[in-house]
Amino acid sequence: MKLPVVGELTWRDVSTEARLLLIGIPVFIWTMVPIYHMFLFAISPKEDAFSGKLWPDHPTLHNFSIVFHQQHYFLRDFWLQFGNSVLIAAAVGALTLVIATCAAFAISRLRVPGSRMVMNLALFTYFIPAAFLAVPMYRTMGKYGLLNTHWSLILAMVTIAAPYAIWVLKQASDKLPVELDEAAIMDGASPLQIFRLVYLPLMMPSLVAIGTYAVLLAWNEYLYAFLLLSNDKDITLPVALGNFLAADDSPWELLMTTGFIYALPPAAVYYAFKRYMVGGLTAGAVKS
Amino acid sequence: MAITISANDPALAVAPRPPRLTSPQVWGIVMLAPYLLVFLAFVVYPVGYGLWLARHPASYVALYNDPIFARAAINTLIFLVIGINVKMVIALFLSGFFVQQRSWIRWLSVIFILPWAVPSIPTILSVRFMLNPEWGVINQLIFQFTGDDGPNWLNDPAVALSMAIGVHIWKSLPFWTLILMTGRLAISHDLFEAADVDGATWWQKFRYITWPSMQTLYVTCTLLSMIWTLGDFNSVYLLTGGGPADLTHVLSTLGIRYLRLDQLSLAMASIVCALPLVLPLVYFMMKRLSR
Repeated sequence: MKLPVVGELTWRDVSTEARLLLIGIPVFIWTMVPIYHMFLFAISPKEDAFSGKLWPDHPTLHNFSIVFHQQHYFLRDFWLQFGNSVLIAAAVGALTLVIATCAAFAISRLRVPGSRMVMNLALFTYFIPAAFLAVPMYRTMGKYGLLNTHWSLILAMVTIAAPYAIWVLKQASDKLPVELDEAAIMDGASPLQIFRLVYLPLMMPSLVAIGTYAVLLAWNEYLYAFLLLSNDKDITLPVALGNFLAADDSPWELLMTTGFIYALPPAAVYYAFKRYMVGGLTAGAVKS
Repeated sequence: MAITISANDPALAVAPRPPRLTSPQVWGIVMLAPYLLVFLAFVVYPVGYGLWLARHPASYVALYNDPIFARAAINTLIFLVIGINVKMVIALFLSGFFVQQRSWIRWLSVIFILPWAVPSIPTILSVRFMLNPEWGVINQLIFQFTGDDGPNWLNDPAVALSMAIGVHIWKSLPFWTLILMTGRLAISHDLFEAADVDGATWWQKFRYITWPSMQTLYVTCTLLSMIWTLGDFNSVYLLTGGGPADLTHVLSTLGIRYLRLDQLSLAMASIVCALPLVLPLVYFMMKRLSR
């Protein structure tokens, strides 16, 4: 084998590095442009925002203060809508966790007759595009008399989040050794005790991942929220953002500021739970 | 819907003589009940009701005669065939980039995931403002550098649809890159070292090592992405609103448009028309995942 000369090696290193940078820089720009644009609007005073500058002459946090003090027609219910978003996301997370954990335990550990069919039905729902289900869901909520209540959105989002949650939790619990259950049964544990004392503690990482998944799904949802809720006091933040577009003279800098505030919590949650997300979700998302 | 039940499933082996459920099974049924209730109330009933609404042949005649529907169907196909394939090829390429061992690439990958981590509404609106013909930053820059007015981006249906596809790619590229990265990392490093010893080129390594071990994953991802993209309402609705002149609708936004116009049977019929495309994909994915 020919040993590489030192000079040759560094030259090749430099050229590899340059080629990687040639990919990395466009990727960075592509990723950041819409986000930076949003941030730029959020810190620009109204006059600067439309000047096409890449950095404002007088960066300011004034827009944030307007949003936080609800000092604009479009923002008069900001905190209420923020609260609605939090409430709905939390409720969807909690309900999804309860429903999906129980279902996964029944399917994977108790092996109820017909559980395989339930799993298949759930998977089927998971693959039906949510936008297609939205039209009949809207009518159904009307029939149940839930339209324009928070329950309609919570239940709709639980319906959408649960199938994937059940599937991931079932995959995770299939990996727990059966001997654990057998040992617990030998000791005289009831199914409920196994669930509470053996199953739940071992499933914690997956539960955190699934809870995060459901919360983010509900927080980010636009279509269902915009169909099912219409009263200004009931809507969630994304619907309020969409409503900015209704007027021609909508204040962009305030819309982008609100959007920025709205985008921060999910981004923070995502990065905080990234460890769980990668382990619990992406690996399970597409198993070949 | 076909559900294959394997004969050696222990739960079913006892099925021929059903009497007397054991205590764990009673508990199991109780624990399954909440999901089954949700499923019956919010999936079975709406879907059944929707199909019942879509039963009139007249709705399909009306759809057939509506030029917006034909346009939406074509747009959806363009979105799926071109958009998804471009996205997946880029994701495959970038997954190779992000598995490189460099600290700056690790930092870049943290930033790269941002579009997936932040909600799509504010970022899509941000893009929409950038493309505004009068005050948008893109046309402002074009004016500063050339003195000419930039194009009216979202007023041309072809450009507007491309932009919607671009927004979709921007949003979901990180997710698929991440998935394909896990596929690449699963390949044994020895294979590449052996190939290096044999003097294989970059392309040969991809062609004979990477691709054969990743093609199943790649195809699965492409199909899954197609199903999800069929339901991508936000990218089109928030960027173009279906405009100009309803020329950039896709099936998911068209259904909502009919719903807003109170033409519920048309909305359902347009969704039923998409089922021949959706159901085979769903069936295939279920076979994949329910093993």
